[in-house]
Amino acid sequence: MATLDGFGRPADVPWWVGLVLLPLLNLLAAFVIAGGVIWVLGVDPVAALKVLVWGAFGDTDLIGFTLYYTTNFIFAGLAVAIAFHCGLFNIGGEGQAYIAGLGVGLVGLAMGGWPWPVVMAVAVISAALFGGIWALVPAWLQAYRGSHIVITTIMFNFIAASIMNYVMVDVLIAPGQQAPESRAFDPSTHLPSLQDLLALFGIRSRTSFLNVSFLLAVACCVAFWVFVWHTRWGYGIRTVGQNERAAVYAGIRPGHMIMLAMVISGALAGLVAVNVLLGAQHRIILNYTGGVGFVGIAVALMGRNHPLGIFLSALLFGALYQGGSELNFEFPKLSTEMVVVIQGLIILFAGALENLFRPQVEALFRRRLRAAA
Amino acid sequence: MDDILLTIVSVAGATIRVATPLVFAALAGLYAERSGVVDIGLEGKMLAAAFAAAAAAHVTGSPWVGLLAGIAASTLFALVHAYACITKAGNQVVSGMAINILVAGLAPTLAIAWFGLGGNTPSLASGARFQAIRLPFVDLLAPVPIIGPIYAQVISGHNILVYIAAALVPLTGWVLFRTRFGLRLRAVGENPSAVDTAGVSVVALRYRAMIICGVLCGVAGAYLSTAHGAAFVKDMTAGKGFLALAALIFGRWLPWPALFACLLFALTDAMQVRLQGTPIPGIGVIPVQFIQMLPYVLTVLLLAGFVGKAIAPKASGIPYVKER
Repeated sequence: MATLDGFGRPADVPWWVGLVLLPLLNLLAAFVIAGGVIWVLGVDPVAALKVLVWGAFGDTDLIGFTLYYTTNFIFAGLAVAIAFHCGLFNIGGEGQAYIAGLGVGLVGLAMGGWPWPVVMAVAVISAALFGGIWALVPAWLQAYRGSHIVITTIMFNFIAASIMNYVMVDVLIAPGQQAPESRAFDPSTHLPSLQDLLALFGIRSRTSFLNVSFLLAVACCVAFWVFVWHTRWGYGIRTVGQNERAAVYAGIRPGHMIMLAMVISGALAGLVAVNVLLGAQHRIILNYTGGVGFVGIAVALMGRNHPLGIFLSALLFGALYQGGSELNFEFPKLSTEMVVVIQGLIILFAGALENLFRPQVEALFRRRLRAAA
Repeated sequence: MDDILLTIVSVAGATIRVATPLVFAALAGLYAERSGVVDIGLEGKMLAAAFAAAAAAHVTGSPWVGLLAGIAASTLFALVHAYACITKAGNQVVSGMAINILVAGLAPTLAIAWFGLGGNTPSLASGARFQAIRLPFVDLLAPVPIIGPIYAQVISGHNILVYIAAALVPLTGWVLFRTRFGLRLRAVGENPSAVDTAGVSVVALRYRAMIICGVLCGVAGAYLSTAHGAAFVKDMTAGKGFLALAALIFGRWLPWPALFACLLFALTDAMQVRLQGTPIPGIGVIPVQFIQMLPYVLTVLLLAGFVGKAIAPKASGIPYVKER
């Protein structure tokens, strides 16, 4: 079978060049530059990498934390990806996740005494509603008022931060407390940690934040694949993303698809709140998102908007975040901010400079194919 | 009466000081977007410049060396953005975001490694900062009612960068609408293929615009750490780059309206400090957070066409690929 390029023409390079080789080359470039920064700071990059890998996978509790971060990044990455499929850039995942924290938090505060599966179900719906509605407004403005979604979602991030700041500092703050945190959720609402579940099967592991939300994230990956490639709506979203005018001729209303894609995007971003607040922190915390929405951009770009790729790149970023937090203990000169540097470099090389090596690599393969022919 | 005047004068002075970096950054964005390159990386470039300026000013003791270092750092990232967006036809929003995140990590990483102060730079001695300038005739005008205090506190008493920002607005208006470069710059942001057909290089024009953008963001960042503040503090831009972007849009990509938008946004900032916990007659206490979000809400409303209409340069955000 001849492989096809993006426009349905027979491609003259193997499919894995664009999907596997080039992303890996870009990733390598990002890591080489990050290694250069580490070297400039007077630390051996190879030693730093060893500490990073050990910090992410060296023990069961470390793996647990890695997978806990992975869970967040899967949700955030899928959120960015569904919008990308519709040709939209949702920079607002951060704000959507933050506002969803209010939805999850209210459920956690109100439903003390209920069994956790009920609480989780209601919290998932609430998170999806809060996040989805926060994304719906920019979507509507893009679809029917002509505002650019990038600018609107950036503005909505700041508006969300202000609102949550007000809610946390003036309304929900626990009585008699200085730090802007809500009171703790009732223990009955806490999601079971995965080591509790593993213990049921006789597998013993050490404590971490990892909880059942991870399974929800994996389920979302599968649902994402089915939705985007095997349903009518997914087809509509992809068609609008490829060519809005063609979509109109195919009987698809672009406005509807833009709003649908963004609501799903906001809802997925909102699920971060379930993992962090209901699964780990058990209270609402000021600025609990800590940039997860922006990591989602890197994850979606690395993962080429496909759930399998997103899972793998979320795992990479989960390992980076968990392993990166260990760097500072071993090398006082390296701060945990180094992880943010690597994240920025990956967005730069895997996203903005994705065509950096493409001409040379494709020319190389064409030459070889021609030589073989 | 005197109380009210003093309050107004001090709020106006504070507004100007807060508006200055916004003006530099908004004008930086104006050059970039007028040439057809969307730049959401203003924030990152400012932060890079703020760090470089504070570090260099601390080492050399000269604010001018700091300013040059800030401009160099910012321009370097502007060129990275230009290379990705113009030469490699990459996604401009992704590139801007990448620079924001990269710098947000890099500045504190370097600060911790070099200075070991938890991501900040050491406090600058007064000689290493831009100092307030007393304009002539302050003492002469002091006894004059109303004009005296206004001249002394609103017009005089700022550092040199504030006056440069004020001069840059008419200068940008002149460059944009009265020079050949400005005409071509506007054309390349609206219809690059027409410019290309006329035999003018689209790539060279956009690179030049991005270098101007980098220089201006550099001054904005240096202002934050060596004029307004006295050190680099982690995340010290705190969204000012995005606020400038909002001001640029609110000013409909024109220099004078952008200046007024910057002043308006800076005024909300100066007011929120004043209004903290003070009840307004008839309304009561407005939570500061609602005043803080005002610029962003206004920008959203404007973009949606509910208050006026903002139309971006037509080709902004679209990489130009010569037809082969």
